[in-house]
Amino acid sequence: MLAILKYKAGNQTSVRRALDSLGIPCKITADPIEIRNAQGLIFPGVGAAGQAMDELTATGLDVVLTELVQSGKPLLGICVGCQIMLDYSPENDTQALGIVPGECAMFNHSLTDENDDPIRVPHMGWNSIRPVKESALLKGLDPASEFYFVHSYYPVPRPEFIIAETTYGVKFCSVHGSEGLWAVQFHPEKSGRPGLALLKNFHDYCREAAHAQ
Amino acid sequence: MLSKRVIPCLDVRNGRLTKGIKFKGNVDIGDPVETARIYYEQGADEIVFYDITASAEGRGIMLEVVERVASEIFIPFSVGGGISTVEDMRAVLMAGAEKISVNSAAVKNPDCISQGALAFGSQCIVVGMDVKKVPVSEDIPSGYEIVIHGGRKAMGMDALEWAKTVEALGAGEICLNSIDADGAKTGYELTLTRLIAENVGIPVIASGGAGNPDHMVDAIVEGKASAALIASIVHYGEYTIPQIKDHMTSKGVRVRKVW
Repeated sequence: MLAILKYKAGNQTSVRRALDSLGIPCKITADPIEIRNAQGLIFPGVGAAGQAMDELTATGLDVVLTELVQSGKPLLGICVGCQIMLDYSPENDTQALGIVPGECAMFNHSLTDENDDPIRVPHMGWNSIRPVKESALLKGLDPASEFYFVHSYYPVPRPEFIIAETTYGVKFCSVHGSEGLWAVQFHPEKSGRPGLALLKNFHDYCREAAHAQ
Repeated sequence: MLSKRVIPCLDVRNGRLTKGIKFKGNVDIGDPVETARIYYEQGADEIVFYDITASAEGRGIMLEVVERVASEIFIPFSVGGGISTVEDMRAVLMAGAEKISVNSAAVKNPDCISQGALAFGSQCIVVGMDVKKVPVSEDIPSGYEIVIHGGRKAMGMDALEWAKTVEALGAGEICLNSIDADGAKTGYELTLTRLIAENVGIPVIASGGAGNPDHMVDAIVEGKASAALIASIVHYGEYTIPQIKDHMTSKGVRVRKVW
């Protein structure tokens, strides 16, 4: 069973629907015991980093998340979840969770695309990812797969934590973390079959990790 | 690099498609959920539902449609038609849509754009603009006027000014429909599309006039649109979405090829 973190800045229902379609048992919950008992946790997020962090600290879920990571439980952050796993975001001047070393940056409007046209912000739509290292999360994905992005800020983790990169005016990190502790800037739950395959990879990893213990 | 999007638009009334859509084998499908699933399987990048139901009862039916769509397709979709308040928006987003589209309501009450953007984020708020070409005048310096009610009512507002206004109010995207080109199948209104796309920093979806895949290439290359809305050219089986995407690829337009 996977837990999906319940808090006000999440798109939990979309994630649950995607897992339902894969036949993966899951529960949307904010209960620390249920979260600890799950095989892994998905940490979604939409909106602004500041509001998301405020929600987490107000409910004590920031501590639950940090302890969960220390215990080695698999985690998958999505979108704003991916950003606030880092140390800091300039969006609302937000001190974030500090689970992965790094910060966020905003797309600069003066950047241009492949046709020398100014990029539009937010980065909204389908884009590809280029893995820079092997990861169980991206196992078996067609290299031409694209994922659905909606964001104005992007993660800048310490280089050794970059798992895949994407280009939009600038080359940025779109998947970061380490084995079992992952974050994706795009929305796998809205990225068609490749997104569903990624969620299944996460579940497979969680199940194996739980059985190994 | 960001791919250009191909977006089928489905008109819904009382939970059914307004026109039976003929796929291969001439099977009429009136169910918007089933049709959306077929387009999802074909590689649509997003889907737009336009609810032309007027009654409150019909609106409840539409929410059920949205929930069923959200359980079956895993790409973004938007819902427009008759949405005017933050409560309306919340109901549609909670039912599972990514985006809501406001058109006439935004013209009548522009504050609904900023209220929606504040409550749900700009990425959720698409502003639909119906535009008609008119003689250049003091009130309409661009020569393009905003109309509502399917083009029946001219508003005396300049389309370019309105586009800049909706961006400033927090719209995340503009769906730009040319009333003149709509239904003619002779191509998108490229002058209008480029005028708006070059003067706002948010994505513009070209709408109205698609008759073949070359028109979609033109909307992207000449019109500088981020996406192209299509209806009859796929609804009546003239082209499939993979055929359209193959053609766009052959003309150098980057589209999503794996789904």
